[in-house]
Amino acid sequence: MEQSIVILLSVLDGTLRVSTPLVLCAMAGLFSERSGTVDISLEGKLLFSAFAAAAVTYVTGSPWVGMVAAIAISFSLSMLHGFACVTHNGNQVVSGVAINILASGLTVVLGIAFFRQGGQTPTLPKDARFTPIELPFAEALDSIPFIGQLYAQVISGHNILVYLAFLLVPITSWIVFKTRFGLRLRAVGENPKAVDTAGIGVRAMRYKALAVNGVLCGIAGAYLSTAQNAAFVREMSAGQGYIALAALIFGKWRPKTAMLACLMFGLLDAIAIRLQGVMIPGTETEVPVTLIQALPYILTVILLAGFIGKAIPPKAIGIPYVKER
Amino acid sequence: MTNQSSPSSAGTAIELSGISKAFGPVQANSDVNLSVPKGTIHGIIGENGAGKSTLMSILYGFYEADSGEVFVNEKKVSIRNSNDAIATGIGMVHQHFMLVDTFSVLENVMLGAESGEVLKDSIKKAETELTRLEKEYGLHVPIHSLIEDLPVGQQQRVEILKALYRGAEILILDEPTGVLTPQETDQLFKILEALRDQGVTVILITHKLREIMAITDNVSVMRHGTMVAHRKTSETDREELAELMVGRKVRTKADKQKAQPKETKLKVENLSVFDQFNVARVDNVSLDLRAGEIVGIAGVSGNGQSELLEALSGIEAVSKGSFTLGDITIDADNPKNAKEMRDLGLAHVPEDRLHLGLVPSFSAHESSILGYHRDKEFNGPILSKVGNIVNYCARIMNDFDVRPQDPSLKSANFSGGNQQKLILAREMDRDPPILLVGQPTRGVDIGAIEFIHQQIIAMRDAGCAVLLVSVELEEIMSLADRILVMFEGRVVGEIEADKADEKILGLMMANAHKTSPDGEITA
Repeated sequence: MEQSIVILLSVLDGTLRVSTPLVLCAMAGLFSERSGTVDISLEGKLLFSAFAAAAVTYVTGSPWVGMVAAIAISFSLSMLHGFACVTHNGNQVVSGVAINILASGLTVVLGIAFFRQGGQTPTLPKDARFTPIELPFAEALDSIPFIGQLYAQVISGHNILVYLAFLLVPITSWIVFKTRFGLRLRAVGENPKAVDTAGIGVRAMRYKALAVNGVLCGIAGAYLSTAQNAAFVREMSAGQGYIALAALIFGKWRPKTAMLACLMFGLLDAIAIRLQGVMIPGTETEVPVTLIQALPYILTVILLAGFIGKAIPPKAIGIPYVKER
Repeated sequence: MTNQSSPSSAGTAIELSGISKAFGPVQANSDVNLSVPKGTIHGIIGENGAGKSTLMSILYGFYEADSGEVFVNEKKVSIRNSNDAIATGIGMVHQHFMLVDTFSVLENVMLGAESGEVLKDSIKKAETELTRLEKEYGLHVPIHSLIEDLPVGQQQRVEILKALYRGAEILILDEPTGVLTPQETDQLFKILEALRDQGVTVILITHKLREIMAITDNVSVMRHGTMVAHRKTSETDREELAELMVGRKVRTKADKQKAQPKETKLKVENLSVFDQFNVARVDNVSLDLRAGEIVGIAGVSGNGQSELLEALSGIEAVSKGSFTLGDITIDADNPKNAKEMRDLGLAHVPEDRLHLGLVPSFSAHESSILGYHRDKEFNGPILSKVGNIVNYCARIMNDFDVRPQDPSLKSANFSGGNQQKLILAREMDRDPPILLVGQPTRGVDIGAIEFIHQQIIAMRDAGCAVLLVSVELEEIMSLADRILVMFEGRVVGEIEADKADEKILGLMMANAHKTSPDGEITA
């Protein structure tokens, strides 16, 4: 019993850690997709900003400066996506894929050119990373079984970006459903013509959404290389941008449900990490961790194939807005 | 230029002077003048492509005029976008509603006219204001319902509310009645009259003479991008307006003799068609179609007429029931595809000519043989006989007066009326025993309508069995010998054409009519 609670707490703790970049990316995707722009380039932005964060942090010694660089890179890529898809009505998927390929190649090339470590960045010292924060009363409450332990061991002790990511969920929800910006954002993804005739600039709205998207992806990238890990490793985003996109679709483009989907993917990931090298009880074989690691991806395919009921996307998603004639 | 008041006279809401606008080589508006007195309902009538919508789009800031001046309330204004138009008090109700379907009425009304960054105050303000507008003009709409849950008539009211909420004193309505039942149209007209009585100026763009006569105070007629006449509605009539629109005399009602129906050509028994969600789009429909008669199917668009036509023509599968042509019965177990149906002598003029009738990117001669492209006449052992196809196309174009008479022109480059004539020519040329026609004159000019109607009647008189689906009641009443009304996939009533009028058909279309035990239909 004692043992299983310890395992449970550590799995939950891990869930929060691995879900964080997913949540940030899902919120980023939510803004752009709600405005009608498909953003498959979450993956590329995540990767490129992770590289920027690690590289700049290594040079300056400050993870905050690194994060600013990560946001700048991700923001620029978002604007590039906008320039192709919003200004020039390009195909959003093609533009997104192009950004992903660009990020995948350029991070390695630049990494080798700058640091000569086979595409990696040098490992960051502890004080050049986002470090865990003890929440108040964590130590005192740790003695209370379960609830206190949950607070002390699962909720407390993460770095600031984890708290930021989860705080962003209700904030996103509030922005999208309770503000003027949100109303216009949702409208522009559903019927841009209605927005245009109401005297609101469709392109400007889509650019604003992409701007928010860029910032959030940048934070996610910084988390990956300067908080969760201590260096940039090639292809370190490992499909998390796509998983976030899938979570966004499971969550039917709603912040809270998208977060739950991210947590579900995170939980599977955390279980896989926890079971690394564990024997199946009563046998000589290890738990097939690779299978569990593959679960999020298998689940993505199965769920997308229609097991979650019909996810109705914003009506105008993927369609460039062109005025008639 | 009668009834044209000078710009300086009191009480002019809109004054356009010398407006011209070209799109490439096409002169959409040339030197258009218009004067609309305040607090009146002003009709603008003209055929498709006469330049009505372009003119109004200039007024609403969608396009900028190449030359000319706009005065609103006797002040010269420059309207470069919708915001400018809204600021000068102009509101527009578009033909295709500019509403967000997944938003509530309230959210749609607020959009673009919010009072602050946070919606809370906007919502409160909009609620109070909407209640006021509702009382003042009789515009009842459930403000917290989603747009997608409302019938079209109410969606249109939301568009009007949107304009009024933004303080519009001049309301432009672009073809507002196309999607409405006659009853909804009457309600709309009541609202427009209430608006006028409160001092709002209404501009009504339409191609329907009946509406102009029913509601407007003044009417301006456009033809080929120019304003050809201004009239007081009380001093003109339908014949004069039709003549002004087309530029020659036209008959507004088709001439025809009484039908001489003969043997049954098509027998439909308890036919049902289910869609992908297993909802019955066509629900247990039975009808007989005899040689030498036109059976009209009326109904508000989307009540199963399209699916019925598609099932009969072999495009859509039959789910239940059957239909019989001669000794061949088609049901769920014995399906026939569109080619097989054609081989059985069933010709089909589809409702949506650009998607089903022809291929827009094909040249006219290629489009002119679609469905008959396997004929020996058009095919050699390997290559198609292009010469034959072009000659054939030229001949049917001549027979049906398709203009321009150029078989190599791209199908998309013909006007709607000429595309339709080309399709009719193709389907009618082989004298099919059964002809299904969907919306034969949708988006077609009044001059071409006359011709198309004559051709359909000629087919009937030659012994063809014609099934006509149309949402235009005038068309159904003037062409059909018997009228069936569809509502939610069912045939809710049948009436002889000479006993039908708009009122009774309107009630049937809303399934609000009464049927006496002996089958008599009353209001």
